[in-house]
Amino acid sequence: MYVPHTFIECKYGPELVVTCTFRSSPVAGSNRVFNTPLSEQGIVGFGIGLATQGSTAIAEIQFADYIHPAFDQVVNEAAKYRYRSASHYHCGPLTVRAPYGAVGHGGHYHSQSVEGFYAHVPGIKVVIPRGPSQAKGLLLASIRDQNPVFFFEPKWLYQAAGERHTQLASLCTCMQSLSLSAGSDVTVLGYGSQIQILRQACEMAQSELGVSCELIDLRTILPWDEDTVIQSVCKTGRLVVSHEAPLTAGFGAELAATVQAECFNHLEAPIQRVCGWDTPFPLIFEPFYIPNKVRCFDAIRTVVDY
Amino acid sequence: MAAGAARLVGRLGLLVGRRARNYGRMGYSDSAPSRGPEYTTDLAEATVSLTSKQPLPVYRVLSAGGEMLDPSQDPGLPGETVVRMYEKMVGLCQVDQQLYKAQRMGLISFYMTSYGEEATHFGSAAALHEKDMVYAQYREPGVLLWRGFSLDQMVDQCFNNRHDLAHGRQMPVHYGSPEHYFQFISSPLATQMPQAPGYAHGLKQAGSDNCVIVYFGDGAAQEGDAHAAMNFAATLKCPVIFFCRNNGYAISTPVEENYKGDGLAQRALGYGMEGYRVDGNDVLAVYNVTKKARELVVDEGAPVLIEAMTYRLGSHSTSDDQTGYQDMSEVKDWRERYFPRDRLRGYLQSQGLWDQEKEDELVSVTNETIRSAIKRARAEKKPSLEHMFTDVYDVPPLRLRRQKEEVQAMVAKYPEHFPTASHE
Repeated sequence: MYVPHTFIECKYGPELVVTCTFRSSPVAGSNRVFNTPLSEQGIVGFGIGLATQGSTAIAEIQFADYIHPAFDQVVNEAAKYRYRSASHYHCGPLTVRAPYGAVGHGGHYHSQSVEGFYAHVPGIKVVIPRGPSQAKGLLLASIRDQNPVFFFEPKWLYQAAGERHTQLASLCTCMQSLSLSAGSDVTVLGYGSQIQILRQACEMAQSELGVSCELIDLRTILPWDEDTVIQSVCKTGRLVVSHEAPLTAGFGAELAATVQAECFNHLEAPIQRVCGWDTPFPLIFEPFYIPNKVRCFDAIRTVVDY
Repeated sequence: MAAGAARLVGRLGLLVGRRARNYGRMGYSDSAPSRGPEYTTDLAEATVSLTSKQPLPVYRVLSAGGEMLDPSQDPGLPGETVVRMYEKMVGLCQVDQQLYKAQRMGLISFYMTSYGEEATHFGSAAALHEKDMVYAQYREPGVLLWRGFSLDQMVDQCFNNRHDLAHGRQMPVHYGSPEHYFQFISSPLATQMPQAPGYAHGLKQAGSDNCVIVYFGDGAAQEGDAHAAMNFAATLKCPVIFFCRNNGYAISTPVEENYKGDGLAQRALGYGMEGYRVDGNDVLAVYNVTKKARELVVDEGAPVLIEAMTYRLGSHSTSDDQTGYQDMSEVKDWRERYFPRDRLRGYLQSQGLWDQEKEDELVSVTNETIRSAIKRARAEKKPSLEHMFTDVYDVPPLRLRRQKEEVQAMVAKYPEHFPTASHE
């Protein structure tokens, strides 16, 4: 993924091992693409300062699992910067990128989904692309956005063979959700790497049960596009939400609570959440832990049969 | 409260020109009476300057080839102890090679070698007592091997089979062993560091004469947790040895991009503790320094920092490729001149404790042990599915018990979609 240097002022992080960042360094120059000392709290704090000064700051955290030392800077600083200064100061030009999610062998500390923690703090935005084209368009939109954006990239995408992406001009740079398939029987809602799994589950539901699914990619977790989702569930009457993050207090809980309040009279079945279990991400048990296609398919079957 | 009131009085004293008391704000020693600050009109005297500051020298005992440089520094260890250091070092070198290959062959998912840093493990471990608690980063398995953790146990953990003490939950090389007083590894850098003085404080309160050692790298040393750890340890007087493996790289970040000062050892002064800089590839020097550090830590109940200068000969892990950023001629140079295994063998040979026949025998036996460990570990079942849900808490909450039933029902309903056959 090559991002034109005119949109980047500074890209930095503790470990710029990712190929995309390596390649951009000769173009942008080492004063604009650089390594920092190894401290996530430092990286995010530094980024807030750089952005407040007016520079576009793109910080990279090696894995979302390692972003936690920066939590204070995110919650107490980035999220409140504009509000506490009545917009006299803000750190809008800050974007923080981090790979997240299961990768097959990541275990506790290379598989985490952290969007649930960051969705809970007003003042920042949280964006999650499902594939390479989306990643490019959404990242550009995130960089241009005048609010600090936390951009979580599905880790497995770095190993994916590729995806032909369309011209820059036609990429959607807005951060609303996107319906990927029109359907009439059930709304299936997710984001990031889980979209691939949900697509397969929807195909299974179509072929084995003749069920027509409307698959929606949320794309932005905070603030999230309620209207598209509510409109869809009012039409279908059924909702299956899925994410890798653990079930309890996961982002799916926010989605389910909002939909039941707004679509109560239209619901034909209880909302299903298909998520990771409430344990640390276990390496050898990953195939049993993740919300795989059969678990998602089973949830679709449950709401349809209800 | 009294201290706060006293500080206020002190400030007032400064305002009216009287000599202010110190109240522990300055100075290094608990025992030296506080005379109060020295005032000066010469700014140069009140300056901490970098000009003409030389890097702290590096303590060593053996030459690059393994000759004893100064007999007064010979630790005088029994021959069989030094031979054991070598045998364990060879074990580590060989298991590193074989498990690295196993990852490349797809038998295990991940591996990290300790290539080039073996002396930091065995030199330090040999100077500790067996019940001194160890907090490690992830590149210190030699400490476990020294204490008696077997090559088979290492292999079982890396294969995530049913013999792994932690039921296959973590990535390979995330060892731990209560029997060997070794805390379980976690991947995030430096998170173990503030925990070590906490544990040490508890030991001290309990009247133990054991201490704690915490290992970390030059990269981890830049984390906020590292600062908190050293400051807490010194301020609260905790019997902990901070052992930094300065191997030159944090994945692809060279030390020049991680800090500007003279490495780690001199930071000890800033925190109010003693610091040592040692040649990390000289196992006997590492032994001497750790032994001295331990005596000080246990006698005074206060921390010490050791910075072991070494070099990472391999890539960070199997997910990394050092050729992308490391100067391979620099790697070659360190390998040829300062490889700990060769250096120790040189010493043993010079003492008449080792020869080629012993070498061939050891390599052959060790390789066979590891090969059969791998063969056995591969064939073993993975841990039972019930272990996905145990140990989250001491007692599983109701919701978790229900989730376990849900998984079991899902597996029964769609058996072809779950790899149950490979689990116990």
